[in-house]
Amino acid sequence: MHQIKIVRNILLGIENLLLHKLRSLLTTLGIVFGVGSVVAMLSVGEGASKEALDSIRKLGSNNIIINAIKSIDDEAASTTRTRMSIYGLTYKDHVRVVETFKTIRQAAPVKLIRKEGRLRERALELRVVGTTPSWFELVQRPVIAGRVLLPSDENDRVPVAVLTEFGARRLLATENTIGQPLRIGGDYFEVVGIVKSESGQASNIQIPDQEVDAYIPISVARTYFGDVISRRTAGTREREMVELHQMIVQVNSTEDVEPTAKGIENMLKRFHKKKDYHISVPLALLRQAEATKRTFNIVLGSIAGISLLVGGIGIMNIMLASVTERTQEIGVRRAIGAKRRQIISQFLIETVVLSIIGGLIGIGMGVLVPSLITYFAGMPTVITLESIVLPLVISFGVGIIFGLYPAVRAAKVDPIVALRHE
Amino acid sequence: MKHEVVSNSNAEIVRLENAHKIYQMGTQDVNALAGITLSFTRGSFWAIMGPSGSGKSTMMNILGCLDHLTSGRYILEGQDVSTLDDDSLSELRLRKFGFIFQSFNLIAQLTVQRNIELPLYYLGWDGGRSAERARVLAQKIGLEERLKHRPAELSGGQMQRVAIARALANDPQIIFADEPTGNLDTTTGEQILQLLVELNELGKTIIMVTHESYIAAHAKHRLYMLDGLVERIDGDD
Ligand SMILES: Nc1ncnc2c1ncn2[C@@H]1O[C@H](COP(=O)(O)OP(=O)(O)OP(=O)(O)O)[C@@H](O)[C@H]1O
Ligand SMILES: [Mg+2]
Repeated sequence: MHQIKIVRNILLGIENLLLHKLRSLLTTLGIVFGVGSVVAMLSVGEGASKEALDSIRKLGSNNIIINAIKSIDDEAASTTRTRMSIYGLTYKDHVRVVETFKTIRQAAPVKLIRKEGRLRERALELRVVGTTPSWFELVQRPVIAGRVLLPSDENDRVPVAVLTEFGARRLLATENTIGQPLRIGGDYFEVVGIVKSESGQASNIQIPDQEVDAYIPISVARTYFGDVISRRTAGTREREMVELHQMIVQVNSTEDVEPTAKGIENMLKRFHKKKDYHISVPLALLRQAEATKRTFNIVLGSIAGISLLVGGIGIMNIMLASVTERTQEIGVRRAIGAKRRQIISQFLIETVVLSIIGGLIGIGMGVLVPSLITYFAGMPTVITLESIVLPLVISFGVGIIFGLYPAVRAAKVDPIVALRHE
Repeated sequence: MKHEVVSNSNAEIVRLENAHKIYQMGTQDVNALAGITLSFTRGSFWAIMGPSGSGKSTMMNILGCLDHLTSGRYILEGQDVSTLDDDSLSELRLRKFGFIFQSFNLIAQLTVQRNIELPLYYLGWDGGRSAERARVLAQKIGLEERLKHRPAELSGGQMQRVAIARALANDPQIIFADEPTGNLDTTTGEQILQLLVELNELGKTIIMVTHESYIAAHAKHRLYMLDGLVERIDGDD
């Protein structure tokens, strides 16, 4: 019975609002844009941070990644004609790190090699990574065909190569290529497998899949190609000696990540005269990204709050004008026997209905805009249930808060005065 | 003098005892009602007359429970209503009174039907029952085919008839009419008055303010006011 009455009151409220369609629409515009921008910004923000978080997550939250970097004075030195710059991580570093820290579950060294390569008639410069079988456990990539590197390949220095999906594409390799010889530099490797490539890693931390064509056992890489890379650019002969370009370390549990990273840092500091390495901790980056997201949400919340406040004040303003305009109506209702609280609920319902309608239109807009952004700008956007429910609740709240004052004003109308002035 | 009017007969419906209504205008007090004592019986038809500013509307508002006395007592059906709170007064108006105003006071946005249904809405009637009652009342005032129209599409006389239908919706005991024919021409005014006479014959108590003596002539009693006091009373009985 009571519910029926509420429904009826709401219907009467809607009926009344429909009498002034344009004005109602204009009144609620503030809410429409407020809510619309909240939904849109939430989904764009959510999309951006989801992308950032995903790319960090792909690095593995229990991993520590150490990259070799050319220090700045070294960079300067290498411009002089024939000097050889020596930097980066060493095989010894790798052994020491693995032996020292009990918290490490496994670790993979990474050595980058650029060599001319050929698969049947197809010849091109290959980007090869020398690593251990552990790499495939740390950086999990599904096998498309054949197999990944095995410990026996590493121990027995078997010249085998695992192609990446990208590499396979460049070399025009298929499943049938498995077992065939791939020439890298002056040596032949047997293609034993193809693994899937993934996109969207944080490229400054890990070597992106699309920049690697093949994996070979690091023991083979070391014996076949050595550690000196010479490059000829514009008449200058540039020689670099880098043993390892990267190390990926996985610890047993999340709690071990930061202490182990700290330990590795201290250890490297002791053995390296120059700071020619950089330690990245995806977990820390993740936390940082999450903190950034929180800040972003606070800023967003403030902007949304302000726009909804403006929208709310707009509604209140119009409702106050409406109360003045409808003084006579209020007087009649009161004379007929309407109680104050019935007048309050009449105006409150009108305001709430108005702001919820505004909220719904705003949500519609806020859902549409991000899909357009995704469609035209290719930016990822995510619409969560929260980003729809929250603005709806907020617009209800705005209706109540900003409707209360005009409603109370309406209820205070003195019927005698209202009925006399015409 | 007071005590001859103050009888506890069942026939009495409203009684004012030494009723004062004082308006403060700046430093000056306006005695809109300056100590009125009177009693109306159930089923009577009163015309309140008097010059402008004599306090007619003020008295109507008091009797209609739209306003409070400054001092004195107002007894409605044996109950002192001077002390009732706003909600109780609203409830009284809703159940016992019907109002007809000089300027009709229909709600412009609502259709004739919705205007007539208004008291029923506050009485909590459901939609179907209200609509049926609105139809019956509209038939009574001869505007059945105008139920879906808005007040702006009606003539003054038609508007006042709708106002009467609205005043009757809650089956009131007393109908208050403040210059109901004030905005109407003579013929239309006569028609409206005919409706009131009929209602009175059906047993409704009617209290009407008017300036026109030919209108007042339709009432059973006439009460003349002057400067917030009852100047004289005449009646058919
Ligand atoms: N709200 C008010 N504030 C101050 N004075 C008021 C108020 N209402 C009425 N008065 C004064 O009270 C007196 C009686 O007013 P009232 O409206 O009752 O007169 P009336 O007899 O109905 O006159 P009319 O025939 O012109 O309608 C007048 O002097 C008026 O100025
Ligand atoms: Mg008057």
